[in-house]
Amino acid sequence: MDFKLKIWRQKNAQAKGSFRTYPVSDVSPEMSFLEMIDYLNKQIIESGGEPITFEQDCREGICGSCGLYINGRPHGPMRRTTTCELHMREFSDGETIVIEPWRSKAFPVIKDLVVDRSSFERVMHAGGFISVDTGSAAEANSLPVSKHNSDKAFDAAACIGCGACVAACKNSSAVLFAAAKIAQYALIPQGKAEAKERVDRMVKQMDTEGFGYCSNTYGCEFDCPKGISVDFIALMNREFFSSKLCKQIPGKYTRKV
Amino acid sequence: MAVAGLFLMLFLVFHLATNLLMLAGDGGKAFANAVRFLTENPAVKAMEYILFAGFLVHIALGVILQVHNYRSRPVRYHKRLQTETSQFSRYMIHTGVIILVFLVIHLLNFFFIRLGWVALPDHAESRHDFFSMAVVLFQNPWYSLIYIVSFVFLGFHLKHAFQSAFQSLGLNHTRYTPAIKVIGTIYALAISIGFSLIPLYFLFIY
Repeated sequence: MDFKLKIWRQKNAQAKGSFRTYPVSDVSPEMSFLEMIDYLNKQIIESGGEPITFEQDCREGICGSCGLYINGRPHGPMRRTTTCELHMREFSDGETIVIEPWRSKAFPVIKDLVVDRSSFERVMHAGGFISVDTGSAAEANSLPVSKHNSDKAFDAAACIGCGACVAACKNSSAVLFAAAKIAQYALIPQGKAEAKERVDRMVKQMDTEGFGYCSNTYGCEFDCPKGISVDFIALMNREFFSSKLCKQIPGKYTRKV
Repeated sequence: MAVAGLFLMLFLVFHLATNLLMLAGDGGKAFANAVRFLTENPAVKAMEYILFAGFLVHIALGVILQVHNYRSRPVRYHKRLQTETSQFSRYMIHTGVIILVFLVIHLLNFFFIRLGWVALPDHAESRHDFFSMAVVLFQNPWYSLIYIVSFVFLGFHLKHAFQSAFQSLGLNHTRYTPAIKVIGTIYALAISIGFSLIPLYFLFIY
């Protein structure tokens, strides 16, 4: 298969980038999208050029690092598929493929197709944890969890933090990511202790990072490679209202004795 | 946003119910009675201020939301987003601006006359004679067209707004959410068609 690739090239975070077009020929339909870029990079290196930089790690759809914006869709044209699991047979021979990095104020481009997603890390640092005693695991039956809730929490925990929700959102909002991370703790007893502070802090951090506000367009759900549901956004909103309406700050507003 | 929006949606229902009295075929008697009741009732007067505040809050939040969201993506994509989402949800600010322009025209045509901010037209008997004002206004096909086009865009706005408001308030349910979406579509159609009937009636039937 032959393709024309229109790829965003940018030397570093400060440089002004631009598109460059590369023709690739004899691409196997069985190649994954990343293998196809590897194949192109080999040719670029052999001809003495600077290879295209892109982020990748596991190449089995679980690490969340390989996000590319392909022909106007985060992770390309296949639903529920990460870029690394996308195959060239999904494209038609001779097609022009436009490859761009994620675009968001909170995801600045570092080089070529690589963006800095540490804003997601900071949202997690703000509240994406639980306080538990270390040491040997507690006796399982001492913490009853309903099957329904454990399944739901697991669905939320399927989020790989790739940032496709931000890339797919017309507002570049990270609400689906934050909602999944909040829901995975909110639904199970281990997460209850810090539930109220968690939603408060994570939402605040999300706004500080410069992500947009949610307008319920649901583009995030459509392009999420793990199929995270927007139902979790409603759950996050409920958690948020309950944290705002039922605030208990120790030492504040207490009656003087 | 959601609370102000739901409040405005409730107002639209009352506004439409009152306006449909114009179609009673009694020369506007039932409508005039309703107008008299509404303009003389102190509770309704108080509600007018709350309604005005509702509009201001909704518009202000809408603009803040849009500006913040626009600035969240300083470098736009070369290839437009191909994500399949509802068309209506993508153009809320655009339909919102159209509705705002319509609202100004509408207030100039009716409400500001009652307040005495705009001169009383010759054909109206009093500042409360909305029926005569409507008759003359809607027999002008251009005005009728502006009104009907605005109601179509209002329908687009409401189609997304109804279910979106529930989602924003966290009211999401496996069984009821699909029902809310259907009710929202019916609501948007009812408001859009209901209000459009009035200019059509004065244009072709009255």
